[in-house]
Amino acid sequence: MDLRTPVGRARGLGSARYGTEHWWVHRMTSVALVPLTFWMVWSMISLAGAPHAEVVAWIGQPLPAVLLILLLLNSFHHMHLALQVVFEDYIHNEPVKIAAIIVVRFASAVLAAGTVFAVLKIALGG
Amino acid sequence: MTTGNRPLSPHLGIYRFRWTMALSILNRITGAGLAGGMLLLAWWLIAAAAGPVDFALVSDLIASWFGRILLFGWTWALFFHLLNGIRHMIWDTGRGLDLPAAWTSGMLVVAGSVVLSLATFAGGYMVAGN
Repeated sequence: MDLRTPVGRARGLGSARYGTEHWWVHRMTSVALVPLTFWMVWSMISLAGAPHAEVVAWIGQPLPAVLLILLLLNSFHHMHLALQVVFEDYIHNEPVKIAAIIVVRFASAVLAAGTVFAVLKIALGG
Repeated sequence: MTTGNRPLSPHLGIYRFRWTMALSILNRITGAGLAGGMLLLAWWLIAAAAGPVDFALVSDLIASWFGRILLFGWTWALFFHLLNGIRHMIWDTGRGLDLPAAWTSGMLVVAGSVVLSLATFAGGYMVAGN
């Protein structure tokens, strides 16, 4: 006998109000990062040894700028979700663990904002 | 309630070494290493936005022998993590979980990551000319 309400079952969240969301979002960022990573490596090969002007001209084009922003947002999101699980597995001191998770989450947000701003500044001709 | 001295489930020490277990922890190690690689990518992009002087500093560092070794390490870690991630996605569908399949896919990931890293650097050297 299932004592959950129909809406509770549909949402798929247990008593922790958490469910599989962390795992699922992590997988979604992985799927997005497969093509984005191949594109990024290919682009970096074509820019090997390139001077500043050439790199800036490349970032400034619409398609590279948009794909770079998608790559950055997905990468930093994937990164902090992953590091959170690593900390949860290996840090057994509760306050230190929580602090480490917060620091990584904030750092990834700062890096995401900083790098997306850098791309936009170049692309929008700052 | 005391929880301190309960028996632990079997852990690392009692298992015989298998390549699949090395690849499993390597996925986590390469992932952690790639977090460091993201710092370099962030520095590279922000320096590009800041101007030619700041960019030259990162660019020269990457072009040094030390930078090239680091970049090769990150490139390999990236391809290993990427290919092993695809392996995990296949596992998520319930396929390839038996031991022979997991061993074969693991070897494919290792070989693929080495080949793609070497190809990336060969391509980079051809484009850069040195």
